[in-house]
Amino acid sequence: MHELGIIVHITKTLQSVAAENNLREIASVTLEVGEVSSIVPDYLTDCWQYYRKKFPLIEHAEMKIEMMPAVTYCESCEKTYPTVEYGRQCPHCGSWETYLVTGDECNIREIEAQ
Amino acid sequence: MYKVYEIKKRIFDDNDQEAEKVREELKADGTFLINLMSSPGGGKTTTLKRTIDALKEEMRIGVMEADIDSAVDADAISETGAKVIQLHTGGMCHLDADMTRQGLEELGTEDIDLAILENVGNLVCPAEFDTGAVKNVMILSVPEGDDKPLKYPLMFQVSHCLLINKIDALSCFDFDFDACRERVLRLNPDMKIIPISAKTGEGMDEWYGWIREQVKEWKEAGK
Repeated sequence: MHELGIIVHITKTLQSVAAENNLREIASVTLEVGEVSSIVPDYLTDCWQYYRKKFPLIEHAEMKIEMMPAVTYCESCEKTYPTVEYGRQCPHCGSWETYLVTGDECNIREIEAQ
Repeated sequence: MYKVYEIKKRIFDDNDQEAEKVREELKADGTFLINLMSSPGGGKTTTLKRTIDALKEEMRIGVMEADIDSAVDADAISETGAKVIQLHTGGMCHLDADMTRQGLEELGTEDIDLAILENVGNLVCPAEFDTGAVKNVMILSVPEGDDKPLKYPLMFQVSHCLLINKIDALSCFDFDFDACRERVLRLNPDMKIIPISAKTGEGMDEWYGWIREQVKEWKEAGK
């Protein structure tokens, strides 16, 4: 369950953001989660429901998750392709000289707060 | 009225910063910290016991045992005479930099040359969180199969040294060394791969050599 660990870190970040901006209450948190970030959105939301109750700052905050598509770039033929479907080997030319461009994100994008 | 605040922060940022701080402190103390990871049953504790026995006369060793519960491993390690503490992760499947710092404070790093963190047995979550260790070492054991790099790529990407353990059992399993090596190096071309048997001691000298070299380099870097 690394989702719980991730929630602990999100909470720490939110607490420091709240302290910097004099915020008392957070209404929502929007995350960007990559398709191949190895985070399960449902687990993350479940952990959030449990953990937010411990802190008045985020007690009622809704968690919104935006999934980011995973895209891989091939250095041999200079094309991109969807990572989840084809993995590390380029479907255009068969090369293994590829790297992930997007899809491993795990970011806090924005919050609504007062 | 609620207002929208842009945050634009990676969730792992605060842990990564904490991990950097831990490494700086370790450098100042001249303590080399290994984060040891593997599947449950990969042979972490057996490898550790044998390593401590071989190196305890030449360097001061401290061990942090991380488990969800119990002190079984810490008890086994304390038989070697090394300084050992038990960390409980409270249900979590991994350690983060903050927990590592607490462990190091309890262990006391001033008089430790080599500290080893035996992480929770798991190939997924410990790979996500930088503990602040100087080097990550993972154990893959022969019975687990040569296709592990395909299933848990991140663990192989974040590790610096791979011990392929239980080579004494090779004849019982269809483990293809060349295929495994190729899969690992594709994910991580800089990986140091050492085949060992923590049971018979085969290959362990090369592993001890790697540790000696790393500890020496780290101490020189901190001077």
